[in-house]
Amino acid sequence: MIPLRYVGRMDKVAASTSEPIFRIDGLTKIYHSGEVEVRALNGVTLELYESEMTVLLGPSGSGKSTFLNIVGGLDQASGGTVFFRDLELTKLSERQLTRYRRDHVGFVFQFYNLIPSLTAWENVALVTEVARKPMKPEDALEVVGLRDRMTHFPAQMSGGEQQRVAIARAIAKQPEVLLCDEPTGALDSKTGILVLEALTRINDELGTTTAIITHNASIQRIAHRVFSFIDGKISATHVNTERLKPHEVSW
Amino acid sequence: MSMLDRKLLRDLVRLWAQAMALALVMACGVATILIAVGASRSLEETRSAFYERYRFATVFSGAQRAPLHLKDRIAVIRGVSAVELRIVRPVLLDIEGMAEPATGIAVSVPDFTDATVNRLYIRKGRLPEAGREDEIAVVETFATAHKFEPGDRFKAVMNGHKRELTIVGIVLSPEYIYAIGPGDMVPDNKRFGVFFMSQKALAGLFDMEDAFNDVVVTTRRNADLRYVIEQLDTILKPYGGTGAHERKDQISHAFLDSELTQLDAMARIIPPIFLFVSAFLVNMILSRLVALEREQIGLLKAVGYSDMAIGWHYAKLVIAISMAGLIIGAIAGTWAGAGLTRIYAEFYSFPFLIFRSDPDLYILAGGVTVLAALAGATRSIWSILNLPPAVAMRPPAPTRYRSLLGESHGQHLLSQMSVMAIRHLVRWPLRSAFTILGTSMSVALLVTALFTLDSVDEMIDTIYFKADRQDATLTFTDERSPRALQAAANLTGILRAEPYRAATVELRNGHYSRRMSVFGIPPGADLSRVLDLDQNPVTPPPSGLMLTERAAKLLHLKTGDKVTVEFLEKDHRVSELTVTGVVQSYVGLNAYMSMEALDRAMPEGPRISGVRVEIDHNALGQVYDEIKETPEIASIALQGMSRKNFRDTIAENINVMTSVYVILAVIITIGVIYNSARIQLSERARELASLRVLGFTRMEVSGVLLTELGIIVVLAQPLGWLLGYSFAWGVAKGFETDLFRVPLVVTDRTFAIASLVVLAAAGISALIVRRRIDHFDLVAVLKTRE
Repeated sequence: MIPLRYVGRMDKVAASTSEPIFRIDGLTKIYHSGEVEVRALNGVTLELYESEMTVLLGPSGSGKSTFLNIVGGLDQASGGTVFFRDLELTKLSERQLTRYRRDHVGFVFQFYNLIPSLTAWENVALVTEVARKPMKPEDALEVVGLRDRMTHFPAQMSGGEQQRVAIARAIAKQPEVLLCDEPTGALDSKTGILVLEALTRINDELGTTTAIITHNASIQRIAHRVFSFIDGKISATHVNTERLKPHEVSW
Repeated sequence: MSMLDRKLLRDLVRLWAQAMALALVMACGVATILIAVGASRSLEETRSAFYERYRFATVFSGAQRAPLHLKDRIAVIRGVSAVELRIVRPVLLDIEGMAEPATGIAVSVPDFTDATVNRLYIRKGRLPEAGREDEIAVVETFATAHKFEPGDRFKAVMNGHKRELTIVGIVLSPEYIYAIGPGDMVPDNKRFGVFFMSQKALAGLFDMEDAFNDVVVTTRRNADLRYVIEQLDTILKPYGGTGAHERKDQISHAFLDSELTQLDAMARIIPPIFLFVSAFLVNMILSRLVALEREQIGLLKAVGYSDMAIGWHYAKLVIAISMAGLIIGAIAGTWAGAGLTRIYAEFYSFPFLIFRSDPDLYILAGGVTVLAALAGATRSIWSILNLPPAVAMRPPAPTRYRSLLGESHGQHLLSQMSVMAIRHLVRWPLRSAFTILGTSMSVALLVTALFTLDSVDEMIDTIYFKADRQDATLTFTDERSPRALQAAANLTGILRAEPYRAATVELRNGHYSRRMSVFGIPPGADLSRVLDLDQNPVTPPPSGLMLTERAAKLLHLKTGDKVTVEFLEKDHRVSELTVTGVVQSYVGLNAYMSMEALDRAMPEGPRISGVRVEIDHNALGQVYDEIKETPEIASIALQGMSRKNFRDTIAENINVMTSVYVILAVIITIGVIYNSARIQLSERARELASLRVLGFTRMEVSGVLLTELGIIVVLAQPLGWLLGYSFAWGVAKGFETDLFRVPLVVTDRTFAIASLVVLAAAGISALIVRRRIDHFDLVAVLKTRE
């Protein structure tokens, strides 16, 4: 369970009433990967709302990861604007983006991206060391239910456990935004549900704005809001009036 | 400790084998700097301390027989601070238990006062008493070689009389730090010794009452040595002055100088090899590490670590490895440097030893090593800084391979496996080139070390078997009439005898001038021959003179040029002679003339300085005994003994050196090949594991890797030979002094040994890595996401 001192930071009620935290307008991105030019984003316009859980749905190659990378300050846009509150991300330098990532964003990746030579606790501490007002690493691990695995190295843990360490690492700095790129993509459904439960609980209890990328359509039912991506564009937007609990979802 | 530092520590532990291979290469660089520069400084420091404390002369001159009252005139020459007039005479020594006669030099020491110039360090006993004709002090090297202690005796032929001498003291002289006998290439402490005797006693023995034939002078700081030399020459001219000279023409000093030159040559050639190889290895290891940790780098950037922090993290890895190399190298270098200095102290005769290990040297060695490593790391660290986090998080685009020239689809001359190996090589041409270059450095290093023996063999062949083929050279106490040749030829056991004449001259060409010996060669000389540059015997023409290659180069003379020759002994007459040819010589600066031409040029007509003889080997004992009883013979040079001693001394040095260099070359080879193989394995683990999954055998799969390594190692050989040859050229040039010239000869055997050592070391490195292929966990490898 989430230690009480971190709960209730944002006691937001209904999703639809909250403020937009991200305002994205006409976002485009062109890649040069090897010899191929790829138009990954082709004019995406949308808003993400404070304390909401959003699902970005789409097949692979639809541009959703690119979108998330730009929003997270990992990548630079080729065109369009991205505002985080009043901060225009598309105008920031590399150094300022680093600052932005460090202060505001938590990431969860499909392949966990833990440092293999650091233990669970150390992987979390890696982030808390550079954060402004971090949780204790052991508390972050408690949130994802891995307090007893603190001294384990990534190689000694299952995929689900590694992903939960990655989530603990992402939330340990108490970010305003949590961006998850296919967090369950490498996991079986049983383990995936555990991970989604951790994410939902964090969203509910800490009020962290959360965006989850997935190509798995059944996951969309746990979100407040769903954007569907196809070929670098938004094809549909959907607001869930009734959300499912992760264990009610199956795939 | 920060989490990044923990990661650093664990990365180091994980990479220990590669890191250690790299650290050892760096250690070699540090150690060779410490050894070469450290030994050079220690030697220089020890020499100058010895010189200073024992008042080693700065100007030297000889004379035939000059009166002692000249002392006052010499002492007032501007710049002179002290003068010592001495008697210095060659003597034949007859030592019990030694069949062959030894050669000695008797030097006078002042009576009742301490010497003001060239003082002696007394190791044991005391100096001989004034006027005692039977008391001597011997130099330590000679005493040690014969296990002499004060109280021991030996016989010497002095001015025609055999006397028994008692050793009362064992001493060291700054003048004979390196004491080399006539005709020898390296010191032979058994057959050559210097001893000191009371001035009065020596004067009595050699009919030199109130006279001297040698003067040594110390000068004030900033004294004009040229002026002192000029004045000294003027004063001594009427008394057969042989021409004054500075320290640089003093044998012992010059030999030490050439040793220092050699150490400097080593310091310039060897450490840069290691620095280059370590920079390359750092580059190779780090770029692979960065490739492997691409996503970790991406993650660190994603969570907000700055580019600088991440770059610094990897720089610290390199610095940590450098530090390990530095510590190992510093320990090894200090130890070996002290060892080398001790060997010098034994080879050269010093009363004490100053081993210099200044902090600045360690800082220099360390700084250079860390800089080289960081230079190697620059590219990788730069790529870290420039890696956009979003790109870092994605797996890299598949490596682009190219079809090679002449490949047509479907049909290959080579197997698919070989094609894989070659394409991989060609894919990273720069890296492959550097790997080849790195490996070739090992070959080059070995060639550089081993060629010395080839060159010495060449020198021995030239000097002892082509040029000076006599068994012995007998030098007379004074020049004799040509009839003395007959007397020598008539000795029992002498098969052939050839006379020679030697004179000290100064050659001048414009503002270039050089002192050297000119030798008169009799017509039809066959025992001792002058060789042209192609090593064919030549006869000096009836007029003019021939110069050795180095002498010609130093004086800027070529065949046909005129040269001014001043005969320094006797009446200092000056002649203008034509250079009639340039000839070969590996030792000393010499000129050659026909005996007749020399006799014409010198004042007193035909004279001979000595005789070169061929000895009946069955009558050796008899010949030795006779020579020991012949008062006219001042010294004897035995070619056979000299040759053996030369070969043995050099061989001993080279054996030590070779083992050191083999270790260094093996370290480089393993450093390069092992790392290269590990990196290939890491890059291609999936590929190779996939081959195993497809049903290829371990042999076949290892074959891909080993083929690639094989190509690298094979290509490295000719390059290594070429580099080795040029390093050897550099060393030969660096070793060139007025005393010695090392011919550049590298035999096939040297190339072969160098290659075999490197091939063996490469083979071992490859086998270590091959074991990893054999133990592939196929499933795990395939699961790993690249």
